[in-house]
Amino acid sequence: MAELNKKISVTIDNITVEVEPGTTILQAARLVGGDVTPPAMCYYSKLEGSGGKCRTCLVEVAAGSTADPRPMPKLVASCRTTVMDGMVVKNITSERVMDARNGVVEFLLINHPLDCPICDQAGECHLQDLSYEHGTAGTRYQFARRTFTREDIGPYIQLHMTRCILCYRCVMVGEQVAEQRVHGVVDRGDHAAISTFISKAIDNDFSGNMIDVCPVGALTDRTFRFKNRVWFTKPMDAHRNCENPKCCGKVTLWMRGEEVYRVTARKDPWGEVQSYDGKPGWICNTCRFEKKKASDWTVEGLTTISRHSVIGANKYEEMVMPQETIQKVMGGLEPRKLMNIHSISDVNDPDITLSELPGPAHSVDFDRANSINNQIPENPGDAERHNKQMINKTQG
Amino acid sequence: MSKKLLLEKAHIEGIKSYPVYRREGGYVSVEKALKMKPEEIVEEVKVSGLRGRGGAGFPTGMKWSFLAKPEGVPRYLVCNADESEPGTFKDRYLMEFIPHLLIEGMIASSYALGCNSSYIYIRGEYHWIADILEEAIQEAKDNGWLGDNIQGSGFSCNVYVQRGAGAYICGEETALLESLEGKRGNPRIKPPFPAVKGLWDCPTVVNNVETIAAVVPIINQGGAAYASIGVGKSTGTKLISACGNINKPGVYEIDMTISVEEFIFSDTYCGGIPNGKRLKACIPGGSSVPILPANLLLTTAKGEKRMMNYESLADGGFATGTMMGSGGFIVLDEDQCIVKHTYTLARFYRHESCGQCSPCREGTGWMEKILWNIEQGKGKMSDIDLLWDIQRKIEGNTICPLGDAAAWPVAAAIRHFRDEFEWHVNNPDLCTLQNYGLAHYADPVYVPAT
Repeated sequence: MAELNKKISVTIDNITVEVEPGTTILQAARLVGGDVTPPAMCYYSKLEGSGGKCRTCLVEVAAGSTADPRPMPKLVASCRTTVMDGMVVKNITSERVMDARNGVVEFLLINHPLDCPICDQAGECHLQDLSYEHGTAGTRYQFARRTFTREDIGPYIQLHMTRCILCYRCVMVGEQVAEQRVHGVVDRGDHAAISTFISKAIDNDFSGNMIDVCPVGALTDRTFRFKNRVWFTKPMDAHRNCENPKCCGKVTLWMRGEEVYRVTARKDPWGEVQSYDGKPGWICNTCRFEKKKASDWTVEGLTTISRHSVIGANKYEEMVMPQETIQKVMGGLEPRKLMNIHSISDVNDPDITLSELPGPAHSVDFDRANSINNQIPENPGDAERHNKQMINKTQG
Repeated sequence: MSKKLLLEKAHIEGIKSYPVYRREGGYVSVEKALKMKPEEIVEEVKVSGLRGRGGAGFPTGMKWSFLAKPEGVPRYLVCNADESEPGTFKDRYLMEFIPHLLIEGMIASSYALGCNSSYIYIRGEYHWIADILEEAIQEAKDNGWLGDNIQGSGFSCNVYVQRGAGAYICGEETALLESLEGKRGNPRIKPPFPAVKGLWDCPTVVNNVETIAAVVPIINQGGAAYASIGVGKSTGTKLISACGNINKPGVYEIDMTISVEEFIFSDTYCGGIPNGKRLKACIPGGSSVPILPANLLLTTAKGEKRMMNYESLADGGFATGTMMGSGGFIVLDEDQCIVKHTYTLARFYRHESCGQCSPCREGTGWMEKILWNIEQGKGKMSDIDLLWDIQRKIEGNTICPLGDAAAWPVAAAIRHFRDEFEWHVNNPDLCTLQNYGLAHYADPVYVPAT
């Protein structure tokens, strides 16, 4: 037994971490955290059999293990490859990986409508994050994009197949969480589509979790559609005693003022639902779609946000900044600086604490004349940023 | 004429029926195999040097020895008869004309691997061959070669025929297993490999029709005798299905010692190019392998004569060589347009991509559209570089080899025929009316040896 419990060490981008045998490279990288974690569009640790499809998590294995240090000839999907003792993995330090990932992002985007301005997922979309990180500014695709008609696949969910990246996550939710799968992938190749046999067929107590697992805006909440943008709503942790024994009752309320706009399951730093006592915290449709009053819930407080994303860019209280490992493994280089838009966009200004505002945010709240100029910076870092902003302002 | 092992008796009248097949020495290998230990048969196959005939050329004996043998878990043998590679029709010929050879090979192989249920997964389009096989299985059963306690040996085996539904991807072994289980034919992510976790999560061996049929002569003659045929690591005989611009298209059994030149031009085989045309290019192993221009096809980059075997065809890597593949030999004469040809292949792969992983799903469609533009004279010079970049980003980054199979033909066409692509871009009006022709790809005019 002692042999079985022995931890093994794996080196990812020169950072060594000890993990349990049977861990995948991606999970090991998530233990390290920060930039060395490969992005994952289709892998979902709470769904059995997920992963391996989107190819964004490809990594290079420079040495297979201590026993067999040969490198693997092809890039491997880190979400489905288990680590071996002494394995050396290259993610952001490998040009091959970055090149392949760049290609995958391009492939994912060529048929994506890029309708972020009217998409409900914008702001918390994994594909958006991924393309900011690894995509290019323009597209080389010169043909008509693939389109599908919108379809209501149940009383609460709308399917926008044009946006889908075929990650199969919702299919697995149908199989593993909702217990009865009435939708799936029809057709094949680039005309493959998620569909139900009969429209509006999905009617199951846990079907709403499909919306949570969807990495893009293909499955959206019909009760939230076009009601608000996610970055104008404030996420609050809340709970209630749900009658459904399988529902964990712990949710995030997306509020504006006193109004609950949307209810979702609580997410972990990787965009997956949080686990409680080792069980994924899926929530039932009653909690998600019916309980839209603040009085239905016991509000615990602000949600801790800790991701690089548009929501994370609004400075919320208790926001956990992701660990920056890129400088460490890139020999002091700061490639992220190039895309730091905080000081350019007023809306993303980190000096404006949205969560301190009593109600919804208005344009006047973003007015620098009222906010920054009248505030005295407290610590040296703020002062530096403040000065930079002032320079930008005068130049602009 | 080289030695024949598989198709030797294929033309005997009535060989499809059991009495004739038995009279001609059929099922002798099963009799012999049942007296041997299973490990001895695996050893014979290892000694024979038999390589998988489906395309990858992986040593069969080694594949068999990888089969996990946990206690109390059934093992399966699956015969891959989903022959969908454009240009390949060798298995069809074998199954159609001498079906009992496959059944015989299935029984002997099942015994060697300890499989009590074996499956033949046949492509749906071969519906009449499925009927032929089912008839042959029934005949074998009636004569005690299948079922319980075969010939009093205590070994029981049943062979089932499963029809596919017309998907190229189901020729990929894990997609085939998914389809066989009744699911959507999506390739699985490997590892685990089928030898550990295959059909219904049990250890499984998936072999091509020709590979399983080759087990019969290996048992009959012994592995060493089989290995003495052929050259180097290319042992035994190989079925080649020749098509395209040749005088005598058809299935030929070769012993891998002849040269490509002889194969195309000699009257024993393809019989040369019809209508006095000249050879422009050739895909020697089914549509997925790189296309080669005539000069590189007949002689390697080192200046040696290119032979019809695994090593010689692969000589020079993908830069100047190609692959044996599944043996679908497609010959193109001077009138063929490489751009249009590549477009046709790209269209095929787009249509057959399962849509599971993003590089293949999106990349194949993109390549098809660009190639259509170039073919129609609407292409830009940058499109050629873009094509190259797309294929580079598909290759090796997909779940299954279909991505590679879609990328290689495009890569090889651009690598060897770039000026033809450029001609299409530079002559948008002309390229829809006439072909680029032979240019400098041609071989020296072939003079038959006197």
